[in-house]
Amino acid sequence: MTDNTLRPDLKAVANLIQKSESVLDLGCGDGALLRYLADALGVTGRGVELTEEGVLACVRRGVSVRQGDLHEGLGDYPNGSFDTVILSYTIPYLNDPAFVVREMLRVGRRAIVSFPNWGHWHCRLSFLITGRSPITPGLPQPWDTSPRARPLTLRDFEEFCTRDGFRITHRVYLRDSHPLRPGPGAHLRTATAIYELK
Amino acid sequence: MFSHSVGITQKQFFTFAEEQPMQLDSGETLGPVTLAYETYGRLNADRSNAILICHALSGDSHVAGYYTPQDTAPGWWDDCVGPGKAFDTDKYFVICANVIGGCAGSTGPGSINMRTGRPYGLEFPVITIGDIVRTQVYLIDALGIDKLLAVVGGSMGGMQALQWAAAYPERVCACLPIATTARHSPMLIAFSEVGRQAIYADPNWNGGDYYDNLHPNAGLAVARMVGHITYLSEQSMHHKFGRRLQDRERYGYDFQTDFAIESYLRHKGNRFTERFDANSYLYITKALDYFDLANGAHSLAAAFAKSTGLLYLVISFTSDWLYPTYHSKELVSCLTSAGADVTYVNIQSSWGHDAFLLEVDTMTGLLTNFLGRVVEHFHVALPPPPTPEELAATVIPVDAPRDANQADMTA
Repeated sequence: MTDNTLRPDLKAVANLIQKSESVLDLGCGDGALLRYLADALGVTGRGVELTEEGVLACVRRGVSVRQGDLHEGLGDYPNGSFDTVILSYTIPYLNDPAFVVREMLRVGRRAIVSFPNWGHWHCRLSFLITGRSPITPGLPQPWDTSPRARPLTLRDFEEFCTRDGFRITHRVYLRDSHPLRPGPGAHLRTATAIYELK
Repeated sequence: MFSHSVGITQKQFFTFAEEQPMQLDSGETLGPVTLAYETYGRLNADRSNAILICHALSGDSHVAGYYTPQDTAPGWWDDCVGPGKAFDTDKYFVICANVIGGCAGSTGPGSINMRTGRPYGLEFPVITIGDIVRTQVYLIDALGIDKLLAVVGGSMGGMQALQWAAAYPERVCACLPIATTARHSPMLIAFSEVGRQAIYADPNWNGGDYYDNLHPNAGLAVARMVGHITYLSEQSMHHKFGRRLQDRERYGYDFQTDFAIESYLRHKGNRFTERFDANSYLYITKALDYFDLANGAHSLAAAFAKSTGLLYLVISFTSDWLYPTYHSKELVSCLTSAGADVTYVNIQSSWGHDAFLLEVDTMTGLLTNFLGRVVEHFHVALPPPPTPEELAATVIPVDAPRDANQADMTA
């Protein structure tokens, strides 16, 4: 798998990973990120994925994956047993994000969380003009589809981290595949945000 | 008939512990010991492509293929073992041995006790899964295999696979326990006991000393009927039988067979007695009930402390209520805390415990891909595709244990 075929947000997460790290990917989907990390960086990866379809796709890719529900926590993983724990595009689906992020920081030296930004100016404008819940490109689901998602904005997340004691040590703001420089207005133009927490 | 099958296979026999009887977990000894076994496929140059399949309670060494062209049915896992199948015999050397205590060629209660010249009966020592696996180690040694690529099994076979991983981690690359548990639950022990009590209650039981007379087959048939119920699911029973009557158009108001499910159970129970020995049922269920990987270690995770170098694939099935999903989840949890590399899938199925034999499509993809990863991870050089001559030569005789390296690979 070349980095050309990896989804842009996953590629941006991959850019934060060092060679030979140990990585736990929560909600790893079809294992594309873990496969890329193993091939390109010699990463030892493990995935947790809820759906049977995702798990079978991971096994097809030769990825070590465990079918499981993140709401059950990461209790089996010893403290500090991974360099990095990743939660990409999954936080909108969690009932108790604080619990999961706390667990991530127990199990890993650092956590990387990525999600589509509901505070993008397209979404704000759409809400204002149409009166309907806006849909982000990264989370293109009408409000009534299953599984239910709670989209969030960058400010939502940053305040959540402050409130729950998670230290943000790095930010990547993406518009399409390109990183934006942090600064005024970045929150409005960011399509996907990636945060490193410690 | 034989396309995509291993074709004609042959049961082979390996005898050991003749001079020196084998030490058992109970403190007793057993010797000589014979294992009936079958192999499919070819060994590669360094004998690193061998997969040991462990059978379940009523299984035997005949995993795949046909003994003769007239056989109406192939081995019990023919869907998954053969050229291009989940356990691809073009790539792997697949082995299966009948468990001791069984009655399909390996030493068991029906075997002749050399000391008395009569069948052992209940003088056969009570054996454990640990003892069963111990005998398999002798066979693997005799085949000149240092390290198995994988050990696999469903149900009781999965327990053997786990025992291999826990007790002989240096001899195994990958462990694939399917629809199984690390220890029998009280409910499972209860079902075993009902089956045993049915056998004891048979008028022909005679304390296990029945080989010269009628066998306690009525009791064994009842035990098997109970077993069959546990292998199905409510959903599959509704689907297969419903409340359909078997041969009648209305209720008979008597105690002959009314319902299709009754006929099925009676048929299965009777068929079982044609090939299975009641005493073996006792010994094997006892071994199942005694199985507890945490016994002797201070926790289940501790039992795997030395076994974290293996790759694990744990599989459970959603409607399996005999070995329900929580057993596998507990196992995965312990393996994870021990730091092992575990892949776990809880396959959606309505077939109940039987799903491990029936969900062939899903299992094939899963097993093929996982084994491919094992091969890559452990740098195993698979043999080249078989030549027509090699396809004909699948029988590998076994020398005495110490001469393992001279085992002849060609027929």
